[in-house]
Amino acid sequence: MQLDNLYQEVILDHYKNPQHKKLSASYDAQVHHVNPSCGDEITLNVTLDGNLVKDVSWDGVGCSISQASVSILTDLLIGKDLTQAQEIADSFMHLMQSKGTEKGDEEILEDAVALAGVSQYPARIKCALLGWMAFKDASVQALAKQG
Amino acid sequence: MAFDAHAIAKDFPILDRTIRDGKRLIYLDSGATSQKPNVVIDAESNFYRFSNSAVHRGAHQLAEEATDAYEGARSIVAKFLNAEVDEIIFTKGATESLNLVAYAMGNAAPGNRFHLKAGDSIVVTEMEHHANLIPWQQLAARTGATLKWFSVTDEGRLDLSQINTVIDERTKVVALTHQSNVLGTINPLEEITSRAHEVGAVVVLDACQSVPHMPTDVKALNIDFLAFSGHKAVGPTGIGIFWGRAELLAELPPFLTGGSMIENVTMTSATWAPAPRKFEAGVPNMAQAVGLGAALTYLTSIGMENIYRHETELTAYLLAGLADISDLRVVGPTTTDNRGGAVSFTLGDIHPHDLGQYLDSQGIAVRTGHHCAWPLTRKLGVPATTRASLYLYNTTEDLDALITGVQGAQKYFGR
Repeated sequence: MQLDNLYQEVILDHYKNPQHKKLSASYDAQVHHVNPSCGDEITLNVTLDGNLVKDVSWDGVGCSISQASVSILTDLLIGKDLTQAQEIADSFMHLMQSKGTEKGDEEILEDAVALAGVSQYPARIKCALLGWMAFKDASVQALAKQG
Repeated sequence: MAFDAHAIAKDFPILDRTIRDGKRLIYLDSGATSQKPNVVIDAESNFYRFSNSAVHRGAHQLAEEATDAYEGARSIVAKFLNAEVDEIIFTKGATESLNLVAYAMGNAAPGNRFHLKAGDSIVVTEMEHHANLIPWQQLAARTGATLKWFSVTDEGRLDLSQINTVIDERTKVVALTHQSNVLGTINPLEEITSRAHEVGAVVVLDACQSVPHMPTDVKALNIDFLAFSGHKAVGPTGIGIFWGRAELLAELPPFLTGGSMIENVTMTSATWAPAPRKFEAGVPNMAQAVGLGAALTYLTSIGMENIYRHETELTAYLLAGLADISDLRVVGPTTTDNRGGAVSFTLGDIHPHDLGQYLDSQGIAVRTGHHCAWPLTRKLGVPATTRASLYLYNTTEDLDALITGVQGAQKYFGR
């Protein structure tokens, strides 16, 4: 079924067992993002150590796509330096805008390539990007705080 | 003639198309927008094809024909609502109609009965669509008036137990929906309109989810203003109705100003044409008004009583079918008592977006989310719901497909 392109096992696994879904007590930046078209909400904390993404934690409500996407993000970006994290995020956003023409580079995106199918469903792209936009926002704020 | 939804569905060409690899389209999203019958599509396109011209202006035959068609549509709407012709104002949609009345009240000078100030109150309900909440919220903010509201009970009904304190001597406006677009609840207007009129307040009715689905008589409803959208009543997009009682329209200041709505203009001042012109600045959406006329003529030919009965039967059928699904919770009344065909529900841990996506893969179109009534979904304690909304062209086969689809989604996401 075509729907299986969207709901890959990896996505449903992350949805059922979301990673780092518990807000850390301390953080450099905390952001709250919503998807006003569907009511999905996320709170996301970022902690940096110099240029290193030391920790990302989150809480929120949303569909399997939005929840799995942010769960995958935490696995991918924690431990990377900000430049790498930015490259991964850019690569992911590019994939989401590909309208199903690209599969995504597994070397860079790892589990996130499972979300490639989302790009064929325009209404769901925002779901997949919710956590990524929150991370982008939070990392900029965290960096600014370092001065 | 017996009501035959299958025959009616044949009037709607879109219902012939297929979805996602050849699935029959099962359209259960009429609460968002209805589909259009050929007579409406033809009326709108034929206006452009044969009569297009700016109404109320040109000194030529086309202008006469366009004006006749446009004013003819106004008469059809008036008859449909049991209103006077000059009480019917064309807008671009119900959202504009509701903003029109809210902004017009905001323009009222001291001494005008619609003038609002600190100490006055505006009453809404917790089940309002954003279109009938935010204009009042913002009017309250601009004028210093207080926004008050009726809360919603766990059963999805308005809590009227405090009606005499919610609506009091300081209340100037009571704005509420006739039928909730989320819960399907049909509100008890009589108690509310009598209390509102007792204290001298006007009642604004958001009839988007009722006018398309049941007979509407503005005189019998004892209301003062009403708004609905053409596109939810098998009519075109870009056309809506604002109705007001003649004596109130005479006193209500204009909202949008410009061409057509004036009586006399100098460089420093202007006076207004009488209603409806006072509220129709600029060249209107003529083809869409004509299309709405065709839509209401079509609905009348089928009979609003018949449509209402059909939808009530379908709603009962759907509620019974959904009641048998484990983990499914209907948000709103679970009987057809004072209830229309907008049926929202949650399904265990399956997020509405995921359920909606699965249903789409089966050709079934539903709405998911907060349905532009975010305060209501917050109150109900759910982040979002899935909504099936019914109309005259739906059949029990459509509902069987939905029920099978919901069960299929449970299997799919339970893997």
